[in-house]
Amino acid sequence: MAQPDTTTSARLNGHDPAATDDGSSGPPPRSPSLVDRAWRGLAGMVQRRIPRADLDERDPDFIREQLPLFWLCSSIWFRGEVRGLGNIPDDGPVLLVGNHSGGNMIPDTMVFTVAFTTYFGVERAFYQLAHNLVLSLPGLSWLRKIGTVAASPSNARKALSSGAALLVYPGGDYEVHRPSWQGNRVDFGGRTGFIRLALEQEVPIVPVVAIGGQETALFLTRGERLARLLALDRVLRLKVLPISLSLPWVVNIGDLGHIPLPAKITIETLPAIDVHGEFGPDPDVNEIYDHVIRLMQETLDALAAERRFPVIG
Amino acid sequence: MRIKDDIVVAAPVGAVWSIVADPERVLSFMSGVTRWEIAGDIPAGLGARYRMLFRIGAAEVGGLIEVVEFAEPFEFAWTSITGLDQRGRWRLREVPGGRTRVELRLAYVVAGAGLSGWLAERIAAPTVSGHVRQTLRQLGRLVEQEQLRERAARRRAGALDA
Repeated sequence: MAQPDTTTSARLNGHDPAATDDGSSGPPPRSPSLVDRAWRGLAGMVQRRIPRADLDERDPDFIREQLPLFWLCSSIWFRGEVRGLGNIPDDGPVLLVGNHSGGNMIPDTMVFTVAFTTYFGVERAFYQLAHNLVLSLPGLSWLRKIGTVAASPSNARKALSSGAALLVYPGGDYEVHRPSWQGNRVDFGGRTGFIRLALEQEVPIVPVVAIGGQETALFLTRGERLARLLALDRVLRLKVLPISLSLPWVVNIGDLGHIPLPAKITIETLPAIDVHGEFGPDPDVNEIYDHVIRLMQETLDALAAERRFPVIG
Repeated sequence: MRIKDDIVVAAPVGAVWSIVADPERVLSFMSGVTRWEIAGDIPAGLGARYRMLFRIGAAEVGGLIEVVEFAEPFEFAWTSITGLDQRGRWRLREVPGGRTRVELRLAYVVAGAGLSGWLAERIAAPTVSGHVRQTLRQLGRLVEQEQLRERAARRRAGALDA
C-alpha cells in the first residue's frame, strides 16, 4: 500500500511521463521490437487490472472487524507509538504527508492507519494512495475496503473533495526502498505534486513523520539502474528494483514481500500547515516544499536521537 | 471482557461523587484516558455524551459514549455509541466511619471476529486492569487530599472567626 504519487507529482509538475514514453516529444518512433511489444502488453495488462477508484468501496464495518488484527500487529510486533494525532483537524479534508519506510510491507502505514482509525473512528473517511502495482496484485483487493486507492491526481482530488483525510507518500517507491543507512533521511526526490494538490484543493497539510520502518530489513540498494535496464519504469511505473536482506529469502530482489523484523515504529504527527494562510495567496511551491521537508527532517532527527538501538528502538 | 476493582476512600460519598461525575476532572484521575470531551448539549448527567479515548498498546481506542445511569450519588454508568463496544460504571457505597467504597467496572468487546478479536481482548486485559487499579488509587488520593484541604480551610476560617 502507500506507494506514492509518482505520476501525480510528475504530472502536477507539468511532466507527463507518457509524453516521453510514446515518443511524441522525442525522436521519430521506431517500429517496436518483439520485446518492446511484450513489455507493452504486460503494461497494458497491469493497467487493465488497476481498479477504477470508487471511494464507496471503503467499508467501515470491514475496517472495524479487521482492527483487532492490525492492532495486534501494530502493538505487539512493531510496538507502535503514534504521537500528536490531536494535530489533525477533527473534521474536514486534510492531506496527510508522510515519509515512507519499510519496503513493500509498509509497516509505518499500518501503524498509522490503526492509530488514525481508532482515534477518529471508522466513521471518518480516510483514504491512502497506493502504487498501481499494489492494487493490481491478486489477493490484495481487501486494501480497497480499507480506503486504498490508486495514486493519481484525479483520485487524490476526488478523495479530498469528498471531505476525507488523504494519506500520501510523495517519496513513494523511491523513498521506501532507500538503503537502511539512509533510514533517518526524508527523501521525496523533489516531488512537489502534493503541494500543488493542497493548494488547488485548499486543504491543510499535516506532516506525518515515521521512524523504524527501514530497520525491518537490511535494505541495500534501490536498484534504479536495474529497473531502467529492465524497463520497469515504463512498464510498471517502477523506478526501482530494490535489493535487500530480509526474511525468509535472505537475499530479496524486487521485494514482493518479506517478514519484517519487529522494529519499533514511532510516528509523530506535526501541526497542520495552512499553505495559503502561511505562504500567501500566490505561494512559491518550492518554498513550501523546503519548509515541509525541513520540519519533517528536524522531527525525524529528534526521533532518531531518542532511539538507542536499531530494531529495539 | 469484564474488569472491575474497588477501593475504600476516607471521604463521604458526596465528595467522591462530585469528582467522579465532573467531566472536567476525569483526565486528572483516570489513568490511560487521553481524551474526555463533552460532545452535545448536556454537559453532565443522564444523556450527557462524551468523546473519550483510552490508550491501549499502539492505539487510542474509545469513541462516543453516553451516560445511561446517573443516580446521584451512587451510580454512574455509560455505554458506547460509536467506536469500541464498551460499558463503564462507577458504583459508590457508604461504609461505616464516613468512608466510601468505590467500584469501577469496565466491560468491552472487541469487534473483530475470530482469533484476532479473541486474542486482542485478552492481550489488552492486563493493561486495562492496570489502568483501572491506578485510576482508583489516583481518585482516592485526589478525594482525600481535597478533604484535607477543606478541613484545613475550615480550621483557618474558624481560627480567624475566633
